[in-house]
Amino acid sequence: MYRIRFHGRGGQGMKMASHILGTAFFLAGFEVQDAPRFGAERRGAPIFAYVRAQRDPIKERGIISHPGLILVADESLVPMPAAGILDGVEKSSVLFLNSREDAATWKKRLNFPGKILAMDLIGADLNVPGGQRFFGAICAGAAAALVGVIPEDILLQAIEAELTHVEAEVIRENKTRALAAFQAMMEYSGIVKEGGGRQAAKFKKPEWIEVPFDEAGVSAPAIHGSRTSELMKTGAWRLRRPVINTSRCKGCWWVCSTFCPDSAIVAKDGRPHIDYDHCKGCMICMVQCSAHAITLVNEYEAEEADKSE
Amino acid sequence: MNKQMLTGNVAAAWGARLAGIDYLPAFPISPQTEIIETVAEWIDTGVMDATMTTLDSEHSMLTAAGGAAATGVRVFTATSSQGLLYGMEMMYALAGWRVPLVLINVSRGLGAPITLEPDHNDVLAARDSGFLQLHCSTCQEILDSILIAFRLAEDKRIRLPVLVNLDGFYLSYTREPVIIPEPKEARDFVGPYDPGTVRFKADAPISEAVAVLGGEAYSYFRYEVQVAARKALEVYEEIAAEFQAAFGRSYDKIDAYRADGAEYLFLMIGSFATKAMDAVDQLRAAGWKIGLLRPRLLRPFPDRDLRILAAGRKGIAVVDQNLSFGRGGILHTEVTSSLYGQPGAPPVIAGFVGGLGGRDIAAEEFYQMAEDLKKACRKGVQPPMRLLYTAGELTAMRKLQTIAHAVRPEGGRDEKH
Ligand code: SF4
Ligand code: SF4
Repeated sequence: MYRIRFHGRGGQGMKMASHILGTAFFLAGFEVQDAPRFGAERRGAPIFAYVRAQRDPIKERGIISHPGLILVADESLVPMPAAGILDGVEKSSVLFLNSREDAATWKKRLNFPGKILAMDLIGADLNVPGGQRFFGAICAGAAAALVGVIPEDILLQAIEAELTHVEAEVIRENKTRALAAFQAMMEYSGIVKEGGGRQAAKFKKPEWIEVPFDEAGVSAPAIHGSRTSELMKTGAWRLRRPVINTSRCKGCWWVCSTFCPDSAIVAKDGRPHIDYDHCKGCMICMVQCSAHAITLVNEYEAEEADKSE
Repeated sequence: MNKQMLTGNVAAAWGARLAGIDYLPAFPISPQTEIIETVAEWIDTGVMDATMTTLDSEHSMLTAAGGAAATGVRVFTATSSQGLLYGMEMMYALAGWRVPLVLINVSRGLGAPITLEPDHNDVLAARDSGFLQLHCSTCQEILDSILIAFRLAEDKRIRLPVLVNLDGFYLSYTREPVIIPEPKEARDFVGPYDPGTVRFKADAPISEAVAVLGGEAYSYFRYEVQVAARKALEVYEEIAAEFQAAFGRSYDKIDAYRADGAEYLFLMIGSFATKAMDAVDQLRAAGWKIGLLRPRLLRPFPDRDLRILAAGRKGIAVVDQNLSFGRGGILHTEVTSSLYGQPGAPPVIAGFVGGLGGRDIAAEEFYQMAEDLKKACRKGVQPPMRLLYTAGELTAMRKLQTIAHAVRPEGGRDEKH
């Protein structure tokens, strides 16, 4: 069975990627299961979607715990434990990272047991407004090439089947990008192999425990400490960074901090300061600032600039 | 053949469309909302000829559903989890009114703590309401079950509301290839709705759902619901046979998978039962004589079928994705009480609780359950109930508690099993 997991951020089209790939497998005559994993997340938070495909009916269900292919749309998710990118990897797993760094660097960094492929397939779209809406088709195109059992024309047919609610121009652009990703990955065609089931003859025993008795003061679902949300660094969800231009800021009556839905702007010494550990990059502050003192910087570039400082 | 990739939710919407529903009262709740959104779009675009009303709550929604059903139109509605509980008072009422309609429940764990992911405590809370219950494990089965459910609800011998259950996420948001029956064939199977004596109309007033004092009258009406629900076992059989003849897919009251010659059986309901099928395949390949029983009908409970299928086995592992606090798994209780004292009943019926709030049940856990069952059968002793939970999960939980400042008493250490 092919077991494929797409990892990205909310808004990057991972559900679309799983639907395009799922439909492509289906059109190629496979039995398929595809699903997104939603939670209470929002735009920018780590999410994943998955696809199972094989020639026989599929009985396995739920999240894919041992993926044959992990495809990561956004490399900044890799160090985030909540993204669970490396969950259940095995020697036979292939990890594709959409990255500006090469596979050898990642191999060293991650101590990954399987094969790693790294290439920047979406770089050109990252900085274009609305560019993220193509990530799904790009990732599906790459995955289709890596499994090696989906021909180009079926990939394009699947894109048409899935993008029924958009204009022809957008469909065309999705197809162009998916095809480019497909062709870029063709040299690795078939690198992802079908995996077997979990053997019952010899298996690793689950480490079951007796559920301990905890007093209700501990076991009731309450958050006791105040300001615990500060420990959750939601700044990692940010794709775009608001930057305050101090020379333009009039130190008004804190329109920016009043509107920030995450209380990530505080006034200190008569000036607004953005708490980048928690700013999620919604850019509401930018829109609200009447002095136009807040500008948008691409997060990746801002981080590169931070590093070189 | 029209075969498409559909989520469980869209498959449910197709069920309503093919059954030719007249009325859909609606209130949104995750992970069900896609069902009413899909039907609403079809009504908007003229693909479906039905009336949809949005209500202010699930309680009103079920009241509207019952009121409409009493007038003799075909009614369909859907909810989930907290919504089902909020409408629960009306579920008991509707069954008492003896109005036929089909309600979808998309299973989702109950609060508190609040969650979005599935288990069966919501639908099993409706167990005693008088609604008949059909449980699905694939997207195809959802569509098909809705067609069957309308037949069952509207059968003159039964006239009870039917609940069709599907798991949130693992069915609701999961796409699988689904065969969509030809509209004409589906309509021929479900048939036009002949409401007969269900005819609450302004020009022919009747008093529905009267009050009674004194236990005799009350008992009569309640017993009649019981007798009708038991009658539904044989009526279901007829309808399922007709369905198979028309569409080629068979839906027994209990789906038995590789149970022939099995010494041991898993017993589960819902979508994770397909995982149990996978585990059965792997265990069989490793030399086990094991199979799976998956009750599709939970109300009425198919006792006779279960007794026949269970007779002569060494043991059954019941896997409950629900928890009756202070007791254990609800299915386990149902199965043991159904088999107690029956000739050939397995001496060991082991209870496992897992998969709460969407927690996965790993293949290895199925294998371990089989081994624990075998061990218990060798000893001939019913093992204590096991809550599936691993050391790794508890460690992760302890980390969350640290962040939440939930301080455990001095020296609080977790023991390994
Ligand atoms: S809203 Fe604009 S001008 Fe006002 S404090 Fe914020 S950045 Fe400065
Ligand atoms: S972008 Fe601005 S408004 Fe949005 S979270 Fe960050 S600081 Fe707050």
